[in-house]
Amino acid sequence: MADTAERAASGAEIQLESVTKRYSGTREPAVSDVTMTIPAGKIVILVGPSGCGKTTTMRMINRLIEPTSGTITIGGEDALSLNADDLRRRIGYAIQQAGLFPHFTVAQNIAVVPGLLGWDCRRIDDRVDEMMELVGLDPAEFRRRYPRQLSGGQQQRVGVARALAADPPVLLMDEPFGAVDPITRGHLQDELLRLQAELRKTIVFVTHDFDEAVKLGDKIAVLGDRSAILQYDTPEAILANPADDTVAGFVGAGASLKQLTLLRVRDVDYRDNAITAGSEESPAALRKRMTDEGRTYALVLDARRRPERWVHVRDLSSATSLAGVGRPVGDSVSTQSTLQDALEAILVEGGNAVVTGGRGEYLGTIDIRTVTDTIQQLRDEHDGGSAAP
Amino acid sequence: MTPEITGFSTESGSRRADRVRLYAQPAAVVLIVGAVLVWAFSRDNDEIEAQSIQADVLLRKTWEHLLITVVVAAIVVLVAVPLGVLVTRSWARRTAPLFIGLANIGQAAPALGVLVLYFLWTGQDGLWAAALPIALYSLLPVLRNTITGIESVDPAVVDAGRGTGMSAGGVLLRIELPLAVPLILAGLRTSLVLAVGTATLAFFVNGGGLGELVDAGYKLNRVSVLVVGAVLAAGLALLVDWLGALLEEYLGPKGLS
Repeated sequence: MADTAERAASGAEIQLESVTKRYSGTREPAVSDVTMTIPAGKIVILVGPSGCGKTTTMRMINRLIEPTSGTITIGGEDALSLNADDLRRRIGYAIQQAGLFPHFTVAQNIAVVPGLLGWDCRRIDDRVDEMMELVGLDPAEFRRRYPRQLSGGQQQRVGVARALAADPPVLLMDEPFGAVDPITRGHLQDELLRLQAELRKTIVFVTHDFDEAVKLGDKIAVLGDRSAILQYDTPEAILANPADDTVAGFVGAGASLKQLTLLRVRDVDYRDNAITAGSEESPAALRKRMTDEGRTYALVLDARRRPERWVHVRDLSSATSLAGVGRPVGDSVSTQSTLQDALEAILVEGGNAVVTGGRGEYLGTIDIRTVTDTIQQLRDEHDGGSAAP
Repeated sequence: MTPEITGFSTESGSRRADRVRLYAQPAAVVLIVGAVLVWAFSRDNDEIEAQSIQADVLLRKTWEHLLITVVVAAIVVLVAVPLGVLVTRSWARRTAPLFIGLANIGQAAPALGVLVLYFLWTGQDGLWAAALPIALYSLLPVLRNTITGIESVDPAVVDAGRGTGMSAGGVLLRIELPLAVPLILAGLRTSLVLAVGTATLAFFVNGGGLGELVDAGYKLNRVSVLVVGAVLAAGLALLVDWLGALLEEYLGPKGLS
């Protein structure tokens, strides 16, 4: 048992090779000849319109649906030659509306797979507590509750805890956050990313929500009819350069805006050439520096170099001290912020947003040009690389 | 849970009404049966009446009646629940209408007819000759409710069971059957009430029971004997129904309401 736990500590690679599912009595296969490699420790999103076979493709990995032909290997092991029940005990499974057993308590639900694997009671008990802590549910409060006594978001957390309980290397998630409100969904997505940073599982995640795919995926597979892979690439690449019109249609309007959520301010070339001044500097000296360089605005910093206010060169002629002149800096962005946040700040500030470091100190400014240049640059990059998806 | 009950149910729909009924029903039975017994024992009984209206005779007949009911219930549960499980398996789903049809015939045919036909066919009499046809007669509610109960389990929950690695048998025993228990019990309660009522006919095949008192009172023209037999049988039916309600209240799976 110790050795399975160790082996399971992080993800395993999944390979699908010419996987096809054909239901008897139908002319077209439901899934036709899918070949893809899902890298170990990554989140891969299968995204596509309803009925495209994405769920079928996922369910063939744990053989809830048996493939008609093709091979599937998980961590190098042939999944189709194993006992299906044993296989499923080694693959976490989370579904829409959590699929919790309504007559089991939260603890019993989480304990299902460890129980099936024959862990002893002590170990299961400890594991249940650990899992509940992991997904942010207080064991003392929730252990004995029934699913009906939980909110939708809490049920999903229990669903994820149950999927992770036996520490499987692979996690299959079928629209797990589809049935909760947008705010809770956002929280659950953030939490999944936090868990994944820690656990490094191989996660196959099915959704029809492209924004969710962009947010969560290390890679996204956009699927068309019969699960044909239209494009399989990083979210950045798909947004910058959709493979064809179908993918572009699915990415939807506002691809560039979505792209902004993927980029951080630290990744772009923001400028650090604004004229700055300490509040002790005399207005006249600053005014001279500004006219020498032909600038109309300067940024006044406080003693700890944090941005305080913008001053216009006109303000300086009548001022006796830099304290209190000009307009306070409103929105600023940190290097951690997304470009979307930066754009928002740029719009609010009217042209320039101040970029600050970890302690709030001035690092530079970012303007609309920086944003548009970045997007353009990404397009060009992915255009060149589109031959090798 | 308020499942859509498409099978048989004696639920009144409101939980408060159910609660009241849980206390009021046995109280009413004790009151009425007690009053009738006091009346029967304190009146001036002639020799024929006195032969029937005495404690050990009444107790024996009631016991026989109860015994038939228990045997019928056992047969019904042992036959209808496994049969219901069987016909909800994916490979046997097509046979469901056949068994439902058979059970329908069993219930649609007059109970007395089934009882007598069985006697004529086998030539047996006594407890089993009464219990078997009555069981056939009251099979349908449990069979139908077992099927409905299992079929109304959320497919996502079954899928989650298989997906977490439970075997098909594991899903049946740990998920499907427990979740079907409320409906199965509702069906059993209906079956039991049918069985108690029909057991009054058991005397036709020498099965004993309270029907004998009704028969004797009628044939010998002794209304007191007839009334005691009839009231005891009715009281027993109400008590059995009450027991069924208790079972539903306490044996159902937790966490559903």
